[in-house]
Amino acid sequence: MNCLNGCRNIYIDNAATTKMSKSAINAMLPYLDGIYGNPSSLHSEGQKAAEALVGARERIAKCLGCTSRDLTFTSGGSEADNQAIVSAARIGEKKGKKHIVSTAFEHHAVLHTLERLKKEGFEITLLDVHENGLVTPEQVAEAIRPDTCLVTVMYANNEIGTIQPIAEIGAICRERGVLFHTDAVQAVGHLKINVTEQNIDMLSLSAHKFHGPKGIGVLYARKGIPLTNLIEGGAQERGKRAGTENIPAIMGMATALEEACENIDKNTKKLTALRDRLISGLSEIPHSILNGDAKKRLPGNVNFCFEGIEGESLLLLLDDKGICASSGSACTSGSLDPSHVLLAIGRVHDIAHGSLRLSLSEENTEEEIEYTIGAVKEVVEYLRSISPIWRDLSSGKKKFIIK
Amino acid sequence: MALYSEKVMDHFRNPRNVGVIENADGVGEVGNAKCGDIMKIYLKIENDIIVDVKFETFGCGSAIASSSMATELIKGKPVSQALELTNKAVVEALDGLPAHKLHCSVLAEEAIKAALKDYYDKNGIEYDRSLFPDCASCGHCCEI
Repeated sequence: MNCLNGCRNIYIDNAATTKMSKSAINAMLPYLDGIYGNPSSLHSEGQKAAEALVGARERIAKCLGCTSRDLTFTSGGSEADNQAIVSAARIGEKKGKKHIVSTAFEHHAVLHTLERLKKEGFEITLLDVHENGLVTPEQVAEAIRPDTCLVTVMYANNEIGTIQPIAEIGAICRERGVLFHTDAVQAVGHLKINVTEQNIDMLSLSAHKFHGPKGIGVLYARKGIPLTNLIEGGAQERGKRAGTENIPAIMGMATALEEACENIDKNTKKLTALRDRLISGLSEIPHSILNGDAKKRLPGNVNFCFEGIEGESLLLLLDDKGICASSGSACTSGSLDPSHVLLAIGRVHDIAHGSLRLSLSEENTEEEIEYTIGAVKEVVEYLRSISPIWRDLSSGKKKFIIK
Repeated sequence: MALYSEKVMDHFRNPRNVGVIENADGVGEVGNAKCGDIMKIYLKIENDIIVDVKFETFGCGSAIASSSMATELIKGKPVSQALELTNKAVVEALDGLPAHKLHCSVLAEEAIKAALKDYYDKNGIEYDRSLFPDCASCGHCCEI
């Protein structure tokens, strides 16, 4: 294994996934070891599991400000996004409404579902997210038409962390009688959310983004919104999502969510300070730029572009220094195009390839942040020193894109 | 990291022949910043032998490793032999590349060919044009 830096391990890729919390693991163990019943079974083993399921659903509902019957357990955020959008589309098309409003920088779970609906004859309007990575409620209001059946806008962006004006968008949708879904995968457990107060009709979440287990998520759908099944079979989840419930994961998710929500104020304060230090430290790198609004962003998200270098080599060298991070470069995605999010905020290909996403958790320390700032500076400088683009830029043969 | 072989990581971490040759006898640059990789090769040629070679690369780990390996494979070789370098040879010398990274090795082959072509052009040496990539009209590296 690489231990080029004393086997340091600084994990700052929490937007990809988080380390499970001890209490979430402990909450799962009894359901892996002792209480193995199927909640659909009538006997006492099954009923123990069924009771646990009821309890977990209530605890999650409390965190979101809804009632437990509005929650459907899914395999994760992607499935919840798919089901929310497809359900709204099916409701809409019955009324002859086949127009959907969304944004250009949604997660692919949303964008690809919309593309599929487009092939079915739906019309999709993707709102511009501007250079700061924010849509305005006014844009949504202007885009809604008489035949709009759904507005779907992510709560917080997974790459650049920008937080959208969800409550205001929700209010507009409510007023105009249009269903409103938000992909809140990056927001739940990190921002205060109340689906009732924020006029959210449907919301998707994923447990592993807030220190819960992978492979489990929730779709919240306000009472009265009929869901379309993606998976047919048994009558689990009120007939809306077949398959025996993943009880251990659900128990872990409920505990992780409660824990995250209880600590939101404390974590936000800590993370915001670390984030802002990281932003100011990385801003010292010449010809670098922060992606997304500096303030209206997740407390743990930092995303930069560095001109003249490529993101994958940056990640590999940071990994050698014990830093786990992420990039929106094409080389990390396996395609020729860099991140659609960076392109959506107007970054050109040339610099979008040189992006770095650092997403913090409350476990990160000030010392780790200082080390990371130093490491990124060093690696960027090295990669620039072997880059023919940087040579052309610094010799004046080409013009810098980032001032 | 299991994405790359040890050989690739070695050439990525400790690239051979990085740098610039002032007044090089041949310089070739291929790729496109838009697609995220550019390779530039500098050649010093004496008596038809590549006596020195340097490279600069903007790109991913496999792009840097491919350039490094390609320079190693042609250093000290006659021009005619360098001209025969294939991307396959680069990949083999690196103990393989992931399928979606093979284009990096193609870029390395083309960068060397472009530098050799520049050498021929500068010295008025006749050559078979079909042996060289036509980067200006080829969309291989970047179809955007």
